[in-house]
Amino acid sequence: MSELRFDAVSVRYGHHLAVDDVSLTVPSGQVVGLVGESGSGKSTLAATAVGLVPATAGRVLVDGAENHLRKVQMVFQDPYSSLDPRMSIGGSIAEAMPRGTDRRAEVARLLELVNLDPGRATALPSRLSGGQRQRVALARALAGRPEVVIADEITSALDVSVQGAVLNLVRDLQRQLGLSMLFISHNLAVVRYVSDRIAVMKSGRIVEEGPAERVLAAPEHPYTRELLAAAPRRHTRLEAS
Amino acid sequence: MTTAVRVRGGGTWLPFARRRAVRFLTSLWVLVTAAFLMIHLIPGDPVRESLGLSAPPEVVAARRAALGLEDPLPVQYWHYLTGLFRGELGTSLISGTPVADLIGDRLPATAQLAVLAFLVVVVVAVPVGVLMAVLTKGGRRRGAELAFTSTSVVLAAIPEFLLAVGLVGLFAVQLGAFPVAGNDAAGSWVLPVLALAIGPAAVLGRIVRVELLAVLGNDFVRTARAKRLPARLVYLRHALPNAVTATLTLGGMLLGALVAGTVLVENVFAWPGLGSTIVGSIQQKDYPAVQGIVLVYGAGVLLVNLVVDVVLALLDPRSTIREA
Amino acid sequence: MGRRGVLRAAAGPAPVATPRDRTGVVRTVLRSPVGATSAVLLCLLVALAVFAPLLWGDRAAAIDTDALQQGPSPAHLLGTDQLGRDIFFRVLVATRLTIGLALLATVIGVAAGLVLGSAPSVLPRWAGRVVTSAVNIAVAFPGLLLALFFAVIFGTGTIGAVLAIAFAITPSFARLTQTLTASVAGRDFIAAARVCGVGRFRLLTRHVLPNIAEPLVINSTLAAGSALTAFAGLSFLGIGVQAPSYDWGRLLGEGLNRIYLSPAPALGPAVAVVVAGLAFNLFGEAAASAAGRRPQPVRRTPPAPESIVDDSGGGLLTVRNLRVTFPGGISPVRGVSFTVHEGEMIGVVGESGSGKSLTALAVSRLVEHPGEVTADRLEFDGRPLAATPDRELGTKLAMVFQDPMTSFNPTRRIGRQLAEVSEVHQGMSRRDALAKAVDRLRAVRIPEPERRAGQYPHEFSGGMRQRAMIAMGLMGEPRLVIADEPTTALDVTVQREVLRLLARIRAERTAGVLLISHDITVVAQTCDRVLVMYAGRIVEELPTAELFTAARHPYTTALLAAVPDLDTDRDAPLAVIPGRPPEPGEIGPGCPFAPRCPLAGDRCRTEEPELTAMADGHRVACWRSESELTLAATGGPR
Repeated sequence: MSELRFDAVSVRYGHHLAVDDVSLTVPSGQVVGLVGESGSGKSTLAATAVGLVPATAGRVLVDGAENHLRKVQMVFQDPYSSLDPRMSIGGSIAEAMPRGTDRRAEVARLLELVNLDPGRATALPSRLSGGQRQRVALARALAGRPEVVIADEITSALDVSVQGAVLNLVRDLQRQLGLSMLFISHNLAVVRYVSDRIAVMKSGRIVEEGPAERVLAAPEHPYTRELLAAAPRRHTRLEAS
Repeated sequence: MTTAVRVRGGGTWLPFARRRAVRFLTSLWVLVTAAFLMIHLIPGDPVRESLGLSAPPEVVAARRAALGLEDPLPVQYWHYLTGLFRGELGTSLISGTPVADLIGDRLPATAQLAVLAFLVVVVVAVPVGVLMAVLTKGGRRRGAELAFTSTSVVLAAIPEFLLAVGLVGLFAVQLGAFPVAGNDAAGSWVLPVLALAIGPAAVLGRIVRVELLAVLGNDFVRTARAKRLPARLVYLRHALPNAVTATLTLGGMLLGALVAGTVLVENVFAWPGLGSTIVGSIQQKDYPAVQGIVLVYGAGVLLVNLVVDVVLALLDPRSTIREA
Repeated sequence: MGRRGVLRAAAGPAPVATPRDRTGVVRTVLRSPVGATSAVLLCLLVALAVFAPLLWGDRAAAIDTDALQQGPSPAHLLGTDQLGRDIFFRVLVATRLTIGLALLATVIGVAAGLVLGSAPSVLPRWAGRVVTSAVNIAVAFPGLLLALFFAVIFGTGTIGAVLAIAFAITPSFARLTQTLTASVAGRDFIAAARVCGVGRFRLLTRHVLPNIAEPLVINSTLAAGSALTAFAGLSFLGIGVQAPSYDWGRLLGEGLNRIYLSPAPALGPAVAVVVAGLAFNLFGEAAASAAGRRPQPVRRTPPAPESIVDDSGGGLLTVRNLRVTFPGGISPVRGVSFTVHEGEMIGVVGESGSGKSLTALAVSRLVEHPGEVTADRLEFDGRPLAATPDRELGTKLAMVFQDPMTSFNPTRRIGRQLAEVSEVHQGMSRRDALAKAVDRLRAVRIPEPERRAGQYPHEFSGGMRQRAMIAMGLMGEPRLVIADEPTTALDVTVQREVLRLLARIRAERTAGVLLISHDITVVAQTCDRVLVMYAGRIVEELPTAELFTAARHPYTTALLAAVPDLDTDRDAPLAVIPGRPPEPGEIGPGCPFAPRCPLAGDRCRTEEPELTAMADGHRVACWRSESELTLAATGGPR
């Protein structure tokens, strides 16, 4: 596996600077969690890594190389929208494979990897629940034999009771395959659970980045402290302002 | 939905006006150019076509020269444009009178017909649509809904000129209640206006109902109900203004189609307007006349669209913001 | 775009049905009376088009100088024309030319529209823009005008008219294709395919076109109907089909010349055009509505066990055995009982489909037809809710909804939306009411309330909008605030402010608060008691303080273990609840959680447990004994 590096990346939409001079490294075989609120630019940053949005300035490098088509794969937020409703799940997964792969065998292997019955390869997405669809999306991302996987809010569209299964799967796969991963979420608790390192994004900038334990235990930036304070906890009560 | 569009009050008007003006002018330019090119796209020599094969070559050549058809294309285009600014639309090949005079003569009858028909459409369709929406809300009164929907589909599917023929056959020929043709008596307005209005009224009534029902399903209507406002206020103050946006957008297109529909209806009723003139001109291959009338019809449609957009911007402040 | 195009546009692009419905669409169309009738008519038209010229071609062409311009008679049903030819047979024979030309024009127009409409997604960006704006300009002109324009260029006659009508259809079809393509292109599966390296062309053919095919086919049917009538129009005007050929439009034009003498020769072809046009249109409409319809779950919700009659003293809001039922016997809320006391904050937790939001709407009397609300007791402030006048509800019961973006009327200023509560219920003048609105906006800490009151909702940020919504509830003297997912659409830092505001209202006004949330930690932080809902029932009720220590229902304990928080053990896997929550139509007999429950036994699958008291203020709906549950919750297998 390899390293994903954002080198001074900026993205501008009209007058709006969505990503502002971001430099961030996802070390080989590690999970970097990216937290931030809606509009902070984290999804735009992810889109630049997979080439969906061109960077206005800066470079995105995989192992130091700029040409990284297919080497970075992505899992999207909404599994109800990220699978073509008219294509079988096996078809969607096979489409992502490099040429010359034994598609049928590989589809079966990947479905098994994400704990789905390989016999369902011909099923259409409408036959699957949200959690199952998200697993198919994960299998599709892996089908391209990526060096790096980006997970963009992959649990936020799921029911609370099925989120856990997807998070467990992400962690197992990452460890088993030694994936490098950028895990994006607005939920600090979810990010904390899967990440080795945590980066905090606000208004298009990374305001803090470091090992997960350090960022959570001794946050340096005031915004990180604010996020931590605002994150709901079980044993603290919120008093009237 | 993450970053709310934050704008200072009034700050969106100028860009909106600029954008809309650019669109109007571009469309107008395309229209003028298309009208200009129309004569040149016709296969063969339009003058020869128009005057007939028996016309002596000298006459054809003279007419060509008089029309400026011997000049290079850009020069002709320039003359056409400058002529337009002076209000000149060329000369009829058949009658030899200026096309502008012809149009000035015929336009009022068409405009009156279209405006009157549109008023009838709005006056009938909006109340009926609102009433049907209120009555059939939440899947109530399935029978009434079915009757309304099927009637409107059938009425909308009958083209206006057939409606005109039917009306003439029934009311003018069989019953003798209204004149068959012309626009001399007050009674002679009834059938043409009906023929033009019935179809669009059916469509608009349906649109109003569908839009209002869609709006009634919105969260802010629930908020209004949660405030325990009387039903009258919920419908008139909260639902209707939000249904106007879509209704008006589509109503504008409907009005455009209605303007074009006058062509057919005028021919049925021998109405002395632009519509009967353009058909005669096409048959007689009087190209300058056709060109001028197409231009007037097109400009009319563009103007309708512009007015609709401006009214929309006044009613709904969000419509001045273009979605990204 | 013609009139029908406008209607289509009004209905929006026909909904994209899921593939498994595709055969269902055809069946649904044929089953509906309108669809079946129009299908039969279309078949009849095709049969006529094929066979009529063979069978009656001679009779339609036979000139009879003894019977010129006759009216209808048994020998000539619709009379004869100026050459004595039988008009009835001419109408029948003309079917072929009329339908054929209409279909030809439609095919050319639709094909050209498809090419123009999908070109922008394959062409380079600048070229795509040029095509798009050209289409946008052309689509503004009515089809008939375009047809006349092209008729002049292509010359009067059959070929000219076909091309004229085809090109008149083209812009609206190109626009439709663009709109549909754009709606599909915005979906994530297109982005996902691009990330996988799928090329533009394959993207178009494999992902975009299959997903928009259905509405395109439906609209083509409608376009064929339009083409048919438009063609008749051109022929009628004398610029379509030319003699000696004839179609319905031409026959109509000939008939109209003598409508004074005899209406039949004109009405015959007119009826033919109308019927054929209707057949196409109705078939298209039927197909569109069939594609838009989704199969409804048919399973009836089994009745939940009768709740034990509860005469216990009521509170501010007393709810006993509340049910909400929809037609088809689906009950998303099935016998819910709880009480909210003054100054108390109650949280309702549940996943989507658990019935929590509908419960909130039911207790605030906002469930609309066809939903039906029944309850043994449903009382607010000591009075049956059904008998409480609007004025009282409008001032004493405040609602806060989930999405502050959509919960305000976008066309009215915020201040006015607040003020109307006081105008309607408290008889205030416009001016006083507006002043009060400004005051309330200030109370929820909106900066510059005077200026903000004059703004429209889109000029507010999400958190500010939600505070304005709460301010709206404060226009009266609220005794109860019902907040349905008030922070779900907000960022965590803003979420905290809104929750604090609710807590403050509770403290300052001793108002009751019913807070509905899918997030158990939000409820745990702010509420006194928690109601856990699953499949339309309350499965556990307990004080918040005991939530993490004494929760007993297997669903509650699983939910607590499945959701990570900032204290979760990072090295242990998260607890997993197999399966998914049932939809309201899927609930079978027995405990609805049984299929996912590790403790489920035979009884759980056949009989639904009642919510019963386990300790003071702690109620659980489970067949397992307290000791079994305690063991499972504290040390047992998860």
